Amino acid sequence: MKSDQLILNNPQSSPADSAKSKKKKMNERMTAYYLMVIPAAVLFFAFHTFPAIQGIYYSFTNWNGMNLDYDFVGLKNYINLFKDTSVRDSYIFTFKFAIFAGILVNIISLAIAIGLNAKIKGRNFFRAVYFLPNILSVLIVGFIFNYVFTNIIPNLGEKYHIEFLTKNILGNADFAWIGILIVFVWQSCAFNIILYLSGLQTVPNELYEASGLDGANRWQQFWKITFPVIAPFFTINMVLAMKNSLMVFDQIVAMTGGGPGTATTSISYLIYTGGLAGGEFAFQSANGVIYFIVIMIISVFQLKVLQKREMDM
Amino acid sequence: MRERTNWPVTILIALGSLLILIPLYISISIALKNPQELAESALSFPLNFHWENFTKAIEVTNFFSAFKNSAIITIFTLVFTLLSNSLVAYGVARNMHRKLFRNLYYYFVSALFIPFPIIMLPIVKQTSALGLNNPVGLILLYVVYGMAMNIFIYVGYIRSIPIELEEAAIVDGCSTWGVFWRVIFPLLTPINATVGILTCLWAWNDFLLPLVILSDSADATLPLVQYVFQTEFGADYNLAFASYLMAMAPMVIIYLFAQKWIIGGVVKGAIK
Repeated sequence: MKSDQLILNNPQSSPADSAKSKKKKMNERMTAYYLMVIPAAVLFFAFHTFPAIQGIYYSFTNWNGMNLDYDFVGLKNYINLFKDTSVRDSYIFTFKFAIFAGILVNIISLAIAIGLNAKIKGRNFFRAVYFLPNILSVLIVGFIFNYVFTNIIPNLGEKYHIEFLTKNILGNADFAWIGILIVFVWQSCAFNIILYLSGLQTVPNELYEASGLDGANRWQQFWKITFPVIAPFFTINMVLAMKNSLMVFDQIVAMTGGGPGTATTSISYLIYTGGLAGGEFAFQSANGVIYFIVIMIISVFQLKVLQKREMDM
Repeated sequence: MRERTNWPVTILIALGSLLILIPLYISISIALKNPQELAESALSFPLNFHWENFTKAIEVTNFFSAFKNSAIITIFTLVFTLLSNSLVAYGVARNMHRKLFRNLYYYFVSALFIPFPIIMLPIVKQTSALGLNNPVGLILLYVVYGMAMNIFIYVGYIRSIPIELEEAAIVDGCSTWGVFWRVIFPLLTPINATVGILTCLWAWNDFLLPLVILSDSADATLPLVQYVFQTEFGADYNLAFASYLMAMAPMVIIYLFAQKWIIGGVVKGAIK
């Protein structure tokens, strides 16, 4: 029906019979387009949107995920969320983690990308090495670093009598998050370095030469020439790093299991453990809804602020 | 004016790359030692290569079964993703002036902002109720969830292909399907490479989705097996690291040969 209307709107000034066959052809083409798109949209709704709506629905119930019956409890789960200390702690941990991860990943990646973009020997080899962590399983990298933190570093600390290295950082409730941060940064930089590098390669060399003649120093060159050109890459990288770090999960499974205590329980890890094994299906669904709203706000805010900065420059 | 090699930066970059390479060296070193040698030093170069760590790890974790599961899931996800997602994107891209299609585009792409944990709990119930808590269901979810990102990538690319190419094929009597498979799909090769690489890396390395979806331990993928066998590995780190290395090896080997191509593909996907 829709396609019919569109064809009527189509200004075709050909004879009537040819218009008819054209219309038939057009109908066939539109049918094909609908057949391409509609099944995918249905599947996407069934396996992505529908579960999300279900999650919102269950967040107003007291279902534990196993019983056959449950009751509506209104906003009770949401009210309890704000009182629950483990939920509060998971938000504090996740945000502390995401802020540090976002900043560190971007500074380190940009520094390495600038180095790789300089006139160095073996650039392609080093580029390949720095990108390597991106193709490795996050979980397995977590297991490897788990061993490094629990065995190798304390052994080195004892051997060379460096007091603060002798304790396993992952066993310390105050510092375990730093261990996870190190692994996250180690792996996330790979992708961001390559992105920054491709951004840096779009800076025309003539600009540097001209500013060099004008007597600008390296630092001024960076802020006046390089940074404005790679600002869009900074936006992508910042959003990506924050989004990934807010979702941190695999590293926690591999390294701390959320501990010691609940010191490194991230939001997604809490939803997983509480919701699937802990009988808090409805409660953690509410947590998921809040988490979704928070991520939406942050994403929109980041894009707005960072894009505005790009324009100002 | 030709610049000379910048040695100070070269040295800094080389030192920095050690931070990437040392953990990998440690992994290989541990996998090749026996417990006694490991107790003496984890960092020293392995003098006797204890390949039996690998054969034992293959036995303990039933490596070939997990490898087969990972390979099947990755390959089917790859094939179905390339064929279906490009087709959907074509339908959307060529009708962006129509409201329905434009809205569908925003519908798919906006899913990029929805964090998986909000879907996680209900989708576990849903897949097990539908009997999809197995590799088939997992492949389906990868293909469907991949659409958000892939349609974004494909649509941008398809819209840059001149429509005259298609009109010529239509005049020659090609149906819309024929136009897609014979004219458009071959032109998508560079962007298919990008989507293919991203899809493979995701499906091969993913842990969370197999963890919550697969119910039968016989279906476990390689990352899942490493997790499941943590308790069995216990303090036998040599065995554990041999197993880790074998799980990572296929991707690393592919990377060694196609490194330029993979980096290029990933960059193209992100910049679009």
